[in-house]
Amino acid sequence: MDLLSFARGPALTVALVVFVLGTLWRLAGVLLRPRMRDLSAAREGAPGNLVGALRAVVHGMWPRKEFVQAALVTTINGYVFHIGLALVFLGYAPHIAFIYRVTGLSWPALPDMVMYLAAGATIISLLLALGSRLTNPVLRIISNADDMITWTITFLPVITGMAVVAEPSAAILARDHVIYSVPLAVHLLTLELLLVWFPFGKLMHAFLFAFSRGATGMRFSHRGVKV
Amino acid sequence: MSTATLTFDQQGGQSDEARVDAAMRSFVSEFGVTTALHMESCVRCGLCAEACHFHVATGDAKYTPIYKLEPFRRAYFREASPFAPLVRALGLVKKPSIADLQQWQELLYDSCTMCGRCTLVCPMGIDIAELVKEARHGMFKAGLVPERLALMDRTARQWGSAATPGEDLPDILAEAGKRYGVEIPCDLGAADILVTAASAELGEHTKALADAAKILNRIGAKWTMHQGGFDASNIGFNNGDMELQERLTRALVDTAVKIGAKTVLLPECGHAYGAARWEAAKWYGQALPVRIIHMTEFLDELIATGRIRVTKIGETATFHDPCQIVRRGGLEAAARRVLAALGFELIELKDHGVAGYCCGGGGGVVSNQRATPLRHKVFEMKKQQVEATGAKRFVTSCGQCRITFQMGAKHAHWEKSIESLLELVADNLAV
Repeated sequence: MDLLSFARGPALTVALVVFVLGTLWRLAGVLLRPRMRDLSAAREGAPGNLVGALRAVVHGMWPRKEFVQAALVTTINGYVFHIGLALVFLGYAPHIAFIYRVTGLSWPALPDMVMYLAAGATIISLLLALGSRLTNPVLRIISNADDMITWTITFLPVITGMAVVAEPSAAILARDHVIYSVPLAVHLLTLELLLVWFPFGKLMHAFLFAFSRGATGMRFSHRGVKV
Repeated sequence: MSTATLTFDQQGGQSDEARVDAAMRSFVSEFGVTTALHMESCVRCGLCAEACHFHVATGDAKYTPIYKLEPFRRAYFREASPFAPLVRALGLVKKPSIADLQQWQELLYDSCTMCGRCTLVCPMGIDIAELVKEARHGMFKAGLVPERLALMDRTARQWGSAATPGEDLPDILAEAGKRYGVEIPCDLGAADILVTAASAELGEHTKALADAAKILNRIGAKWTMHQGGFDASNIGFNNGDMELQERLTRALVDTAVKIGAKTVLLPECGHAYGAARWEAAKWYGQALPVRIIHMTEFLDELIATGRIRVTKIGETATFHDPCQIVRRGGLEAAARRVLAALGFELIELKDHGVAGYCCGGGGGVVSNQRATPLRHKVFEMKKQQVEATGAKRFVTSCGQCRITFQMGAKHAHWEKSIESLLELVADNLAV
């Protein structure tokens, strides 16, 4: 079995199993912890828990006006690499072909030029995030190993992906065999590394953010406070 | 015990090991689903620092709100997280040591007012203020509380109040009533409203008691204060002493039930509101049989229903929003309606309402003399915002905030008077 077959076969299976089971385990481990009902009388006219939670989830997408100035760079940079990663992962034709092979699902691809721009913006944005984490006194004091591991594991698929983009996606897909076998295998393995790490580190915020914001939204809307 | 050379205080004779164990047991007991979600969700973006008045005023990274929770975080990931066995087996997260707990005392008590401004800026919605309160429970169990707060705690355990024993209440009320020419009923066997006080109102600031009495008498309410439960400033809430918090809370609710009161009227005190309005039912184990109401919403209701009328002052004013009453209490609009009724032209602070800056003295910080220099730095920020409004009057609706500002103003030789909403209403009651 060559490296690409390994990456496409057993490594991918293991990564997906760890990702799914690990994510479910972590979510269940948190969500099944003891729950204390708020027995205080709700503020008159307060919305129900679900409405309060959903409002907080939506409002959390952008800083309150009082904090926009202080949070602007962090927020925009965060959006750039989140959207960039999503575009590259879900919009690039060879990625869609890969997803189709694994799941049977498919959708139209975005033009290659959009992908190149998105990947470039993502790389710059991730480098800015790293620079900030290494130099900003606040980020330095609160950072731990998870931050560096997660940054590295997020950066690797992007940079290894760029290494295998030597020709238009139409040309890649038209060919019936892979010509950059080892670089492609490495690229795929970095994605699998991300999947394996996902449940253990802060990448889990992709799921947890809604619950976390929602819990605070419920607490505050019960009191008649809009967060 | 405390010495000048130490940066922390400690109480009791527990061994260091016993202190760490007590803190860890308490921390772990806090990890319900909401707390666990909030411990799990931090992406360490650092934005909470931008919201914290202590960080903004000093620029010191150690005041980053989420950093104040480091021992609590470690306890969570070692003992309660879904991967805790793995974390312990591989030694991925260090158990907090006695030195860590001692070091973090300053961050949890001196430089956090539990105001929750950081909660608003957190993109994950982590309620850091609530987590700090929960971490304080462990610090109290470990006997690692600033000594001034511990002293108040011991006093409140003894007297049911940090200010005075219950048996002195009739004399205090009689004296205040005589001084301000108002009748203040005490220990009536039956009443509709149980009126409570903030600790400071039982000492230097008895005019607040007289002001409340003046309004209650004006509307012909059947009300009383009562030795059984009179001090609503819940020291246990601030210190992390849950046993005391429960006892003080129960004293208010049980006394109200005993005299047949349907309402417990809280004083102009933020933490009283946090402890009684939102947490009392937790200790009671069921929905409360009485309504808990803050003085601000009481005044708002009386004015809205026409039970009292006030003369219009007709000047410019700015308003400081007390955190526990507004940001964590939901009474932003009520205070503004009362100000409008008083005819003030309100000029808002740059940061106001739900996102207003804390006074710097909440959460027991005003009583913790060790934190005074830090508090004064926060005061300077607030002072600049007040001056920038150009408003003639400066009003708030929390006695603790008011005292914090008065202390700051004295230190800064600032001439501005800090006025109470209750006092303004009482002094301007229309016939």
